Amino acid sequence: MVAVTQGSGSPLVVFDGAAFSHGDGRVAVEADLELAAGCFVGLVGPSGAGKTTLLRGLLGQLRPVRGEVRVAGEKVGRRPSGRVGYVPQLETVDWNFPVTVGEVVLLGLVRDSGPWPWPRGQDKTRLDGMLERLGIAELRDRHIRALSGGQQQRVFLARALIRRPDLLLLDEPTAGVDVRTRQEILGLLQELNGDGISVVLTTHDLNAVAASLPEVVCLNRRVMAFGPPAEVFTPEVLRATFSSEMVVFRHEGALVVADAPAHFADHPHHAHVHHGADHSVPAAPAGHGVPATQAGRPGAHPPRERAG
Amino acid sequence: MTWLTEPWSFAFFRHGMVAATLAGALAGMIGVYVVLRRMSYIGHGLSHAILGGAVVGYVTKTSFYVTGGIWGALSALLITGVSRTRRVGADAAIGIVTTGSYALGIALISRQHRFTRDFEAAFFGNVLAVTNTDLVVLGVVSLAVAATVLLLYKQLLFVSFDPEVAASHGVRTGVVDVVFSLVLAAAIIATMRILGVTLIAAAVVTPAVVARLATDSFGRMLGLSVVVGAGCGFGGMYVSYHADIASGATITLTATAVFAVAYLVGRFRSRRRPLPPAGELAEPAAAVGGEPVLSSR
Repeated sequence: MVAVTQGSGSPLVVFDGAAFSHGDGRVAVEADLELAAGCFVGLVGPSGAGKTTLLRGLLGQLRPVRGEVRVAGEKVGRRPSGRVGYVPQLETVDWNFPVTVGEVVLLGLVRDSGPWPWPRGQDKTRLDGMLERLGIAELRDRHIRALSGGQQQRVFLARALIRRPDLLLLDEPTAGVDVRTRQEILGLLQELNGDGISVVLTTHDLNAVAASLPEVVCLNRRVMAFGPPAEVFTPEVLRATFSSEMVVFRHEGALVVADAPAHFADHPHHAHVHHGADHSVPAAPAGHGVPATQAGRPGAHPPRERAG
Repeated sequence: MTWLTEPWSFAFFRHGMVAATLAGALAGMIGVYVVLRRMSYIGHGLSHAILGGAVVGYVTKTSFYVTGGIWGALSALLITGVSRTRRVGADAAIGIVTTGSYALGIALISRQHRFTRDFEAAFFGNVLAVTNTDLVVLGVVSLAVAATVLLLYKQLLFVSFDPEVAASHGVRTGVVDVVFSLVLAAAIIATMRILGVTLIAAAVVTPAVVARLATDSFGRMLGLSVVVGAGCGFGGMYVSYHADIASGATITLTATAVFAVAYLVGRFRSRRRPLPPAGELAEPAAAVGGEPVLSSR
């Protein structure tokens, strides 16, 4: 089983040979994966790779056709675990819906608060504390549309966090936002991770992952590779994951992934030596990054494998 | 002042006023969810569908509320079930189920070769001829709907706003949808003989839309929609009495006039909002990150 072990403690999330189907009989994604408590992991891969499917599996919205998913040792069933907080893609939000910041965040307590519409004293205290913590206390009575992209993301983070989850799942939190907002969101997630919350997010933004996340899982209907971005993001792994040619280089200490120039398709195998004079060769020593293609099956006995 | 007090000396007006105000409030309450769930035509459709049940009640000499209730509940559940399959949207499901049921009602009426006053009330509403039974049914249904909305407030809001995430928070979205369908059917049946098949859609949709124009908060929208619905019923009854116009029509026209005013006030306000002073919108890049790297000069 592939294990992401950067965090401390026992595995929080286990995909134990979990295969998911969208009801058409075909397996959309199959994963053998362990995520340690305290992890901060990005799931990357092309559209249709199964990133969101794995998140839905963790939420209990999609049940595996074989294998199982466990969170904190408990099998994920139809009833979602209170340990998991979920932040959907902002693109899916109905921004014309009449709802204020306070009303949205209180929805996170739907299972824990009393039967009446109005919040109890303790709910108000939790709401105020959460808004304060995320720096949006003064926006409590504002409509959700009347906020900046970063503030909107904080509102939906607050809704997920107010139930005090151990694990936070985010579906493409950096999609469609500008650079400053993206950095703000990733910085906030780093802070939350520092407070002990495990974070798993999906993204198409490889450079943001390379810059901010300690661990990455490359996915294309199975786990193609895992590990720190500097080890995983090699032209070979990226080609296997995205079926596209990409170049990887370092610039002023940052790992940069870019589309290969058009002529590159004729000489794809030169990927690892094709770097500008002022750029260093990518750090991809043998044995790191665990490209799953080595063994013909995802994560089969990689160097960092843990017995499942 | 006599124009305010005089109508109250008539029992039919007092009955009608209670019925119209309560029906307006009930339709306003349920209308918020109908509008926000983008099911605006369900009120129109369900009232037509229930007509099929009303005809069956007439043919079998059973109470309208029994056969109409069963018919309405089945239609609402069928719409919910069909619209949950992703390939058929709610709008198409409403169209198919309700017009099919309505057509069945028309077919049964045509077999009877008679068009009675019962159907006339169902089609056009007759707020001045409400019976004690109508008032009792309306009162009980209003209480039941209000209790359901209070107790399921958060669940209904969550499922209407964000059904997928609601499920991930342990809200049983299927159960909430079914409960909402039944509550909606009950509200339509209770108000149908008062407002009529043809005008009920306006009573459901208009107060909610007026409230939406006035506020960005869900809680305030719900309260305001109930007040606007009740107010239109109340005001519409006075207009009906003094202008001698059918009450269903005056209630609907009052609601339409309130909408027109709310819409125009909203437009006027957004135009009057002052623009920021020149230069305030364009924040220079250098203010954030120091010297610009690229410059045209």
